[in-house]
Amino acid sequence: MSAPSTDVRRKSMYEEALEQGISRREFLKIASAVTLALGLDLKEMPKVVRAMETKPRIPVIWMDFQSCSGPTESFTRSYQPTVEKVLFDMISLEYNGALMAGSGTAAEKHVEEIVEKYPGQFILAAEGSLPTMPGALAIAGQPRYYEKWREIASKAMAVVAVGSCATWGGIPAANPNPTGAKSVIDFVPPGVPWIRIPGCPPIGEVITNTLAHIAILGKLPEVDELGRPKEFFRHRLHDKCQRRPFFDAGLYVESFDSEGAREGFCLYKMGCRGPTTYNACAELRWNGGLSWPIQSGHPCIGCAAPNFWDEGPFYARVVQLPGTQTTINPERVGLGIAAVAALGITAHAAASVISRRRLRKSEAEAAAEEAKETAHEG
Amino acid sequence: MANGRVVVDPVTRIEGHLRIEAEVENKRITKAYSSGTAVRGIELIVRGRDPRDLWAFTQRICGVCTTVHALASVRAVEDALGIQIPHNAHLIRNLMHETILIHDHVVHFYQLHAMDWVDVVDALKADPAKAAEIAQMYSKWPNSTAAYFKDVQDKVKRIVDSGQLGIFATGYWGHPAYALPPEVNLIAVAHYLEALDFQKDVVRIHTIFGGRNPHPNYTVGGVPWPIDPNMDNALNTSRLTEVEKQIDRAYEFVKEVYLPDVLVLSAFYRDWTYGGGLTNYLAYGDLSPVSIYDVKSYRFPRGAVLDLNLNEVHDVDPRAIDQVQEFVDHSWYTYDGKETPGYGLHPWDGQTNLHYTGPTQEYEYLDVQGKYSWVKAPRWKEKHMEVGPLARMMVGYAAKNERIRHAVDDALSRINHLISALNLNKAPVDIRWMHSAIGRTLGRALDASLAVEFAKEDMAALWANIRNGNLATFDSSKWEPNTWPKETKGVGWVEAPRGSLGHWVIIKDQKIEKFQAVVPTTWNASPRDALQNEGAYEASLVGSPLEIPDQPLEIIRIVHSFDPCMACAVHLTDLAENRTIEVFLDM
Repeated sequence: MSAPSTDVRRKSMYEEALEQGISRREFLKIASAVTLALGLDLKEMPKVVRAMETKPRIPVIWMDFQSCSGPTESFTRSYQPTVEKVLFDMISLEYNGALMAGSGTAAEKHVEEIVEKYPGQFILAAEGSLPTMPGALAIAGQPRYYEKWREIASKAMAVVAVGSCATWGGIPAANPNPTGAKSVIDFVPPGVPWIRIPGCPPIGEVITNTLAHIAILGKLPEVDELGRPKEFFRHRLHDKCQRRPFFDAGLYVESFDSEGAREGFCLYKMGCRGPTTYNACAELRWNGGLSWPIQSGHPCIGCAAPNFWDEGPFYARVVQLPGTQTTINPERVGLGIAAVAALGITAHAAASVISRRRLRKSEAEAAAEEAKETAHEG
Repeated sequence: MANGRVVVDPVTRIEGHLRIEAEVENKRITKAYSSGTAVRGIELIVRGRDPRDLWAFTQRICGVCTTVHALASVRAVEDALGIQIPHNAHLIRNLMHETILIHDHVVHFYQLHAMDWVDVVDALKADPAKAAEIAQMYSKWPNSTAAYFKDVQDKVKRIVDSGQLGIFATGYWGHPAYALPPEVNLIAVAHYLEALDFQKDVVRIHTIFGGRNPHPNYTVGGVPWPIDPNMDNALNTSRLTEVEKQIDRAYEFVKEVYLPDVLVLSAFYRDWTYGGGLTNYLAYGDLSPVSIYDVKSYRFPRGAVLDLNLNEVHDVDPRAIDQVQEFVDHSWYTYDGKETPGYGLHPWDGQTNLHYTGPTQEYEYLDVQGKYSWVKAPRWKEKHMEVGPLARMMVGYAAKNERIRHAVDDALSRINHLISALNLNKAPVDIRWMHSAIGRTLGRALDASLAVEFAKEDMAALWANIRNGNLATFDSSKWEPNTWPKETKGVGWVEAPRGSLGHWVIIKDQKIEKFQAVVPTTWNASPRDALQNEGAYEASLVGSPLEIPDQPLEIIRIVHSFDPCMACAVHLTDLAENRTIEVFLDM
């Protein structure tokens, strides 16, 4: 009637592979592919092999709160590794509201069993923000679900916040934040390691490879000062953008379906957040490396950046003056002031444009000049 | 427990948070209550923002049926601003729309719903050779060989033997309501895995047009990326052939795997006729080959069917203030400060204030006589309606739409053929049999089956335009906010995967003044209204058996047949007064 007992010694990834009829030689090939996929040097391969020989599939509890399920959906789109590989060979996804078989009491009991059985050994992933307004989120009759979350988190090996809502609060926390939403990280007890995977949603491969890193190497990947894995969030989109040469040349799209748009010019003046957004879109791209927003003609809305929802409108470059609540639109209020506030973006443009000696009569050029002058004055 | 109240919370394999409470007498459900147990407040969050950004916010209402909210929002804003988008943009949006219908239905069936009909662990008992024989009987899908099914079975065995069942750990395996032979269970498990692979490919259509999936990009006025077959950075031949490749693959998968699997399931579950629920069906209609404003050309027709009377279709108008209205008498909102106002409001006139009066500590049951859900109760001319693929089929059938009639009649005759070919000894089915949980599931497969045909047609039309030198994709005339009227309002509708979706927007001084979405799951998952009429989920559960109260398979089977999407359903906005929301807490 019920599921077969889970009280069996868990097999290592190598044992699983042997049972699939995979030879030692093939296994080593897989291990080298995994080593490279994790962004490691091949000389690190023995570590990966050892880990795969000894590590059982790691239990993962993945909870969803004030979420749109975008992160779970994106997770299922991963090409490398595929979600099937992750689900059946790398991790053991014990709870996920969208994918798991059981409902209601069976589902809730199972979480308790896993927490009890593998204290300090399971990954706790979450998508969606947690509201502080009682009743705004009541799972299993618990109107203050953040208390339950805190309790489970206290026993996790690590907490992984998947997506911008879990990471920063996301859209529910956008002004005026009607439910008092916060990131799940705000409710992680001290001492429990955590990691942020921002993105609305994150790229599927960013999610699966972060989980793979933890499952295979048994530790969290290296992170930046905001807790994001460096492997995926070290660079701004702008640094790796295929339209970057047009930015440097001062060639901008001024309207969708214009001549510049057909040529694939830079989308900066359409509001593109590429210069201020850290994410792997330009390199990994989306859905098996096929494309990404900027390639497909739309400016980046900066979905992996903190508070991006409140930094609109998306089709204008609006920047916040540092240390103030004031936002201005550089297209409207005079480019000189904007350049100061633009956190060095236009100054950076100036340097690029001038060094390449490909000046064109454009607003960016003017902005760049202004920025340079202002910078000298400052 | 013979009698009493059964609670299912959370209902999983859905989007969002849903709680079902059911009164049970002698193993039969006599009353049911549906509660949305989470709220975010996206309608409040979009107020005061640039209308051109609206799509990006509302798209985050749901990452499962991703893009349909974006589509409804750009349509609403274009309606308000009087923008007619170029034909190419309309076709590209149609292709993205058809893609989500296909993707969402396939994922819903295999990943979210199939486990209610398919006993995964029972697949271990199957004879792979016999499974191949059955599969080949109802489809010409090339994977259906004994060796292939043996491989899949070994994989299931490995997972079960490992003791770590992962996502399969908590299923109600062995429950007496499962009716498939082990071989058909095995076929379905194999296709579960294939669907997982398929779904990540078909959305590549969104990646081409919208840069990514989930949450591809939209633009008010058309589509953001220009078409130019001679440009490396534009939507060119190589990009369009990738789209075409995915359409072809989707066509094969839906016609040879998904639809046939649902037909065979229908044959085996022919007698499990529970879950029909409301007999009123509503569709706004959609997927015109020409323009959203050409209602007569809709391939999914518009209309309402009442009391399962398939001889009459009633006119539907999303703009008419006496048609679509929302009630809040059993929802955690107020109108005009009144807890139980007793009247409904059209979205343009409506108002909503969050007014949570539920328990603030852990609870056993909700007060279902009072307010018990974050979901409002939308009604059409004060009648409770079901929306969704089954509604599209019923309205299309009643409207004598030839393609829908053909699709439905053909499916029913194939089910009858399977019933006799498999010697199932069951009575034949007709369209009234579709008024059931399995019929709803069949309606969804037919929806996808039509969508792959529409996609082929729209792709051909797009190629034809390009061949004729028509490359326009964007109307820039109303892009700048200073070209807009001081105050204007619009509505955008979409036949989303889960049913009729409407976004109503009022734009004032270049900003969003008011916005409200009435979404498919709000219709279906609604609580009772002022007249005590129940919502579609609630009505559909009444009369269903419930064999084992702590394994409520029948409840999730019926509720899943609607494909719940609770994050979509739970909305709030303050349309009455332009001020910050009031939150009342009864501690």
